[in-house]
Amino acid sequence: MENQPTTPSPTELRTEEFVVNIGPQHPATHGVLRIEATLDGETVKDILPHLGYIHRGIEKMTESMPYKQSIYLTSRMDYLSAHINNHACSLAIENALGIEVSARAKAIRIIMDELQRLTSHELWWGSCAMDIGAVTPFFLGFRDRERILEIFEANTGNRLTMNYIIPGGVMRDVLPSFVTDVKELLKKIKGYRHEYDQLITGNFIFQHRTQGVGYLSKEQAISLACSGPVARASGVSCDVRKHYPYDGYEKLDFNEVIDYGCDNWARYLVHMEEMNQSIHIIEQLLDNFPTGEYRTKIKGIIKLPEGEYYQRVETARGELGVYIVADGSNKPYRMKFRTPSFSNLGAVKPTTVGLKIADLMANMSTIDLVVPDIDR
Amino acid sequence: MKSLFNYIKEVVYAFVSLAKGLLLTLRYFVTIRKVNITEEYPNNRTTTISVKERFYGEVVLPHDENNEHKCTACTLCQIACPNNSIQIISKQIETEDGKKKRVLDKWVYHLDSCTFCYQCIDACPQDAIEMKNSFELSVYDRTKLIYQLNRPGSKLKEKPTVKEQQS
Repeated sequence: MENQPTTPSPTELRTEEFVVNIGPQHPATHGVLRIEATLDGETVKDILPHLGYIHRGIEKMTESMPYKQSIYLTSRMDYLSAHINNHACSLAIENALGIEVSARAKAIRIIMDELQRLTSHELWWGSCAMDIGAVTPFFLGFRDRERILEIFEANTGNRLTMNYIIPGGVMRDVLPSFVTDVKELLKKIKGYRHEYDQLITGNFIFQHRTQGVGYLSKEQAISLACSGPVARASGVSCDVRKHYPYDGYEKLDFNEVIDYGCDNWARYLVHMEEMNQSIHIIEQLLDNFPTGEYRTKIKGIIKLPEGEYYQRVETARGELGVYIVADGSNKPYRMKFRTPSFSNLGAVKPTTVGLKIADLMANMSTIDLVVPDIDR
Repeated sequence: MKSLFNYIKEVVYAFVSLAKGLLLTLRYFVTIRKVNITEEYPNNRTTTISVKERFYGEVVLPHDENNEHKCTACTLCQIACPNNSIQIISKQIETEDGKKKRVLDKWVYHLDSCTFCYQCIDACPQDAIEMKNSFELSVYDRTKLIYQLNRPGSKLKEKPTVKEQQS
C-alpha cells in the first residue's frame, strides 16, 4: 500500500508551463508574425516573437535598382503609411542632390502624409476595438477610411501603394477639385468623430480592458527605442515633425500629443488626439493652397555624390529613418531602413509579461504593429 | 456604505455607456437605407460603378484612326520599369530614300508582373503610352496576361515637319 501514488490535494496541485504558438496565421497579429508565448495557466510568463515570415529583402533589392525605381518598394514596407515612406526616401535623395522642392509640392506632400496618417489611425481604431471584442467599430473605421482612399485613388491613381511622392516633388499634379474635395471630406470626418467616442471611448468594457493594462514606463520606452504613439503615451517627446521638421512642418501650428498614462488607454488617447491634430494641419494648408510647379525637373538618371545620407520622418507608427550609402553610381551601395514597428515590437514583452493572455491581444493592438514593416 | 454606493454608481454608468453605443447601432439599423455605402457589384456595374479617371488599371498604347501610334521604340520605358514588365522589340527597316531606320516591332506588356507604379509613362518622352482605368483584368491562366500593345499593321505617326506646321 505504501507504493500507491497518492492524489495531491488541491492546495499542492503541480502546474507546468505551457508553450503556445500564436500565429503565423492569426487574426490578432495583423499579419504573419509568430509569437511563442510561455503560459502558466492563463498568465503569460514569457514572449518570444519570431520574424521572417514576410521577409522580402527590400533593402537588398534596392541595391540592384536605380534610385528612382527603388522608391516604389518602400510603399510595401508599412503599407498603411505608403505616402510617408515614399516621402522619407525622396527627402533623403533630395538632400543629397541639394534640390529645393516647390511650395505647392510641399503642401501636397504634407496633405497626403496627414491624410495617410488619418487612414492608418482609423484602421487602427477599428482593428484595436476588434481585437478587444467589438465588431462594429471595424466597419465604421473602414467606412471613413474608404472616403480618404477615394481621394487617393482620384489623385494618385492607386489606393494602397501609391508611389506618388518622388524626388523633386510629386508624380502628377492633383486634380483641380482637390481642395474642395478634401474640405468636404474633413467636414464629413469631423461629423463622424463623435461616433467614435460614443461607441468605444466611453464604453465601460473597453475602458476596463485598457486602463492600467500594458504598462510601459518611460525608461523602458527609451531603452527599447520605441517611437511614435507608443513612446508618446509613455511621456517621451519624440515627434520628428516637431524636433526635426521637414518640408514645412515648422511653419504649421500643431501640438505634439503626449500622455503620461503609460498604459493601453494612454496609447488609445494619443492615437485619437493625433487624428484631430492631422485634421488641423490639413485645414491650415488648404486655406491658402499654393499654386505653381508641382515638380522640379531633375535628370532622368539620378546619381548621388559619394557619401552617407540620413533622413527621418514621422510615419503613423513612429520614426522612419532612411540611411543611404552612395558610391557615386546610379544605384545605392546600401540602403537601410530604420522602421518604427521593428523597435515597437520590443515593447510587447515588457507590457505583457505577468498579465493574462487576453491582454496580449489588447497590448499588441494598441502598440499598432504592421508586420511587413517589421520584416521588410 | 460608500463603497456600495460607488459600486452601484459604476454599474449604472456601465449600463449607460453600453446603451449609448447600442443606440448608435440602433440608429444605423433604422436609417440603413439612407447611409448605405455598399455597392452592388456584378449586376448593374456598367451603370452604378464609377471608376476614377486616374485609376491605374493597365498600360495602353493608344492608336489613332489611321492605326498609327507614337512609340519610337526608344526603350526608355523598358529601362524605367523596376520589374521588367515591358519588353520593346524593334526592327530595322529601310525607308523610301534608302536610309535605315529603327521602328517598333512588338510592344510586349507583362501585366502579371506590373505593379502600376506609373514610371514608364513618366519616362516616355513622346507621351505614347497611357494608363487606362480598366479593372476587370483577371484571367484563368497567367500566360494570357502577356499582351502585345501595338496592333498588327500599325506604324509610327509621322510628326509634321516644320514646313507643314508653318503652312
